[in-house]
Amino acid sequence: MLVSVYRYNPETDSKPSMQDYEIELPEGRDLMVLDVLSLIKKEDPSVAYRRSCREGVCGSDGMNMNGTNGLACITPVSVATKGGNKLVLRPLPGLPVVRDLVVDMSIFYKQFEKVKPFLLNDTPAPAIERLQSPEDRAKLDGLYECILCACCTTNCPSFWWNPDKFIGPAGLLQAYRFLADSRDEATEERLEDLQDPFSVFRCRVIMNCVAVCPKGLNPTKAIGHIRHMLLERGA
Amino acid sequence: MVRNVMSFGRNGLSDWVVQRVSAVILGVYFVGLLGFMVLTPDLGYAEWQALFSSTWMRIASLAALLALCAHAWIGMWTVATDYLNNYMIGSKGTVIRFVFQAACVLLIFIYLVWGVQILWGL
Repeated sequence: MLVSVYRYNPETDSKPSMQDYEIELPEGRDLMVLDVLSLIKKEDPSVAYRRSCREGVCGSDGMNMNGTNGLACITPVSVATKGGNKLVLRPLPGLPVVRDLVVDMSIFYKQFEKVKPFLLNDTPAPAIERLQSPEDRAKLDGLYECILCACCTTNCPSFWWNPDKFIGPAGLLQAYRFLADSRDEATEERLEDLQDPFSVFRCRVIMNCVAVCPKGLNPTKAIGHIRHMLLERGA
Repeated sequence: MVRNVMSFGRNGLSDWVVQRVSAVILGVYFVGLLGFMVLTPDLGYAEWQALFSSTWMRIASLAALLALCAHAWIGMWTVATDYLNNYMIGSKGTVIRFVFQAACVLLIFIYLVWGVQILWGL
């Protein structure tokens, strides 16, 4: 199979380029894209990409495969190529490239940090743990599972245009995860920080985030809930 | 929190609400107007003049005009902050955007005054 890989080393290359590799795939098996990258790496050790758990849990190998963001380790080649015979691998769009398929995620993490992704509760902690009813716990389903792979946020044009101001779908999913948590006491402060014209409201509900989330989460729905909470508070 | 002095309400929530409410006002107004045009046989100058000289139509038209102005302000501000910023066009982005937005606001104001003149026959 023909695999075209984005190559860029800012220290030596004046501009990025695509390098083609002809890779022999084993008959009768549908490899994952990460497996194909391992085969390329054997042939050309200079190709750089991130990977760790190789089973869709760590979120390291988010990349753009034939135009669609996803995790290379859990995306079968047949799905990435839609049955075609050419695989095109590029880094996640919208973030600075460190090298080849490795991107600088600093601004993504900065936006994540802004939503204070931890429990804020000043009440003295009980002897064992802060209890939550099964119903309240159920509200966090579909929110806590995010692995911060950045597939959604880097697929969002609002983030491409304003990466320093718009929190992005991944950050906002976590913002709602803590707004929805019955144990959190900082709802008011959290909402106050989100009501400006950019942080939440730059979302134009195009649902690119939902289309690519490898964990099947729905950041657009979470953003809708945040808007609803802001409206209830402000109206 | 991110701040911006050129947005309509200087607050994301109010901009968002104003944009949606103004869209509903415009939708109702133009569907109503279209309905009048379709349902009035022999639509001519006299019918048109009679429609626009009634007080309720003047109220509706002014509401639609104001809604259009607010909608345009927020819409153009959004477009400008997406495409005319330092990320997209370099370090002069803020200056260019400020001038662009000032021009938009001025144009919207001119259309508003002009529209009132036409509607009220001043």
